[in-house]
Amino acid sequence: ARTRGGLGGGLAALLRGRGVDEEVLEEIEARLLLADVGVTATTELVDALRRSRPRSGDEVVAVLRERMLEILAPCARPLEIPDEAHPFTILTVGVNGVGKTTTIGKLARRLRDEGLGVLLAAGDTFRAAAVEQLQAWGERNGVPVVAQGTGADAASVIHDAMTAAKARGIDVVVADTAGRLHTKHNLMEELRKIRRVMARLDPGAPHEVLLVLDATTGQNALAQARRFHDAVGVTGIALTKLDGTARGGIVLAIARELALPIRFIGIGEGAEDLRPFDAEAFVDAILDPGGEGEAVADG
Amino acid sequence: MFDNLTQRLTRTLDRLRGQGRLTEDNIRDTLREVRMALLEADVALPVVRAFIERVRERALGQEVTRSLTPGQALVKIVHDELVAVMGGAAEGLRLAVEPPAVILLAGLQGAGKTTTAAKLARLLRERERRSVMLASCDVYRPAAIDQLRTLAAELGVPFHEPGGTRDAVAIAREALAEARRRVADVLVVDTAGRLHVDEAMMAEVQALHAALNPAETLFVVDAMSGQDAANAARAFGAALPLTGVILTKADGDARGGAALSVRHITGRPVKFLGVGERSDALEPFDPARMASRILGMGDVLSLVEEV
Ligand SMILES: Nc1nc2c(ncn2[C@@H]2O[C@H](COP(=O)(O)OP(=O)(O)OP(=O)(O)O)[C@@H](O)[C@H]2O)c(=O)[nH]1
Ligand SMILES: Nc1nc2c(ncn2[C@@H]2O[C@H](COP(=O)(O)OP(=O)(O)OP(=O)(O)O)[C@@H](O)[C@H]2O)c(=O)[nH]1
Ligand SMILES: [Mg+2]
Ligand SMILES: [Mg+2]
Repeated sequence: ARTRGGLGGGLAALLRGRGVDEEVLEEIEARLLLADVGVTATTELVDALRRSRPRSGDEVVAVLRERMLEILAPCARPLEIPDEAHPFTILTVGVNGVGKTTTIGKLARRLRDEGLGVLLAAGDTFRAAAVEQLQAWGERNGVPVVAQGTGADAASVIHDAMTAAKARGIDVVVADTAGRLHTKHNLMEELRKIRRVMARLDPGAPHEVLLVLDATTGQNALAQARRFHDAVGVTGIALTKLDGTARGGIVLAIARELALPIRFIGIGEGAEDLRPFDAEAFVDAILDPGGEGEAVADG
Repeated sequence: MFDNLTQRLTRTLDRLRGQGRLTEDNIRDTLREVRMALLEADVALPVVRAFIERVRERALGQEVTRSLTPGQALVKIVHDELVAVMGGAAEGLRLAVEPPAVILLAGLQGAGKTTTAAKLARLLRERERRSVMLASCDVYRPAAIDQLRTLAAELGVPFHEPGGTRDAVAIAREALAEARRRVADVLVVDTAGRLHVDEAMMAEVQALHAALNPAETLFVVDAMSGQDAANAARAFGAALPLTGVILTKADGDARGGAALSVRHITGRPVKFLGVGERSDALEPFDPARMASRILGMGDVLSLVEEV
């Protein structure tokens, strides 16, 4: 919904015909903070802006945009599935309720539509009806789901799925896992075990460790990215729930620190609501939240 | 990593030693540190601004007792004010209506509504000895109804089995009728997650409210939420006569500034804290503890106490 081409609206209009004073910089700062960019990254961006001594509003926007894109554009790396890996395996991880299972459902649709054979592994064996939720997505997309039910060993479900995929000549296996807070040691340890079991079947597996982050999350998303990356080596990020008024600006801080590829954004609950990450559109939505959002409303 | 607030305040506080009165000048640095700490804890910017303004007004001109430095006096004001905004004392559920008392849960996608519905059912049954029934009006998310049915079965709490209808409001009406028939004390109603900008879905939750006339209408919000929690709270608060808030996933390391934003914007008390995935992981909300958590204030108050 917010993939406008450039800064046509709010910020450009606000700055048109104005010199660059503290008030302008404060407005920029407010926009970054309201987008969850965070104090540290915001201060750094605004300081850099100040140092560049922009003379006009247009220059402010140009400098800021350029600096943000320097950080984000290198992270805009779509997920590519090479022919060699058979099957290509994707392990999906993240804290509770961010949208892992739904993202898998959307991803399955996308891969299937690209002509790939897909199989899903119901690795969330903990949450009530998590298996049924993934199975519903499998049915919706006409994609098989390997499951053992609630209470089963997650690593063993994923192991089964990989074996089945190999036997059936499936191209891609996408494994769901239970949501877990990055602070829970034993649950993070379980993920490492899943990783090890996958690697035993195929030394290259998991080929992608997809960390799902919720765009409505604030500064904690940085801690999530750090801890999941430490535990299982994240290779890509999917940022969900960008269809609301949250901007997900914390990925800027994550990109700055960890430089992880951002693969996808989620923009709804439907099967088609997954898009490749577009750094320019993302930056523009932060700077120019647009009329329909209430991001700059007062409290 | 950031310095924590205690370290940062120690620096600004030292500069304030030996001054007898709080002035615009001698509180500026401390207030800037507090502002940063609140923003780092994900308190929404407009709420931070309003809060800092309140503190400034209360602080200016105040005499400082001899045992405190002006900086310490200011920190105490910040903490007291934060506790006051958070709601003073913990509040429980108000279910003193003609049974069945309905509890309606609403919030964004993935906030923890379904899990919280089961937690509330367990709490009411085990601690208050009430007969409870659970119902789900989430006709959208795959296996959402399954999820609550499973949780209800685990708890041994009756679950309203939706009949042929796929209409959320119709399910709510039937659930209420069944709760009456069974003479249940409380009916806990789960709803689908929805975005606050989704007009059709916000209209639906209003219709659910109208059909159920709940005793408690609770906004469920994730403790890890960022700035947008303020927008969501404003919209849910405008659409529904909320009676309270439940803050979920507080078992992690998020500072939980959303609690302050939501409390400030809706004016409604946070009633419970979700502290885990299991059905017993629900705690009464403690405003003072939350205030300390948001600011790292446990530490900060020890600065004051050192004197
Ligand atoms: N608006 C919106 N909702 C989304 C998006 N992605 C997921 N959701 C919703 O978010 C909620 C949680 O999604 P799930 O896929 O169940 O999340 P999860 O990470 O698998 O959750 P757990 O397995 O319980 O940890 C559901 O209601 C989804 O429909 C998105 O991009 N936009
Ligand atoms: N750690 C932790 N996890 C929680 C808590 N409350 C809920 N969860 C988890 O968060 C995820 C989402 O919870 P749900 O109850 O399904 O959320 P919901 O709001 O019903 O989600 P939708 O119906 O999809 O909008 C699940 O994995 C829950 O187990 C909590 O207090 N702590
Ligand atoms: Mg899931
Ligand atoms: Mg639910």
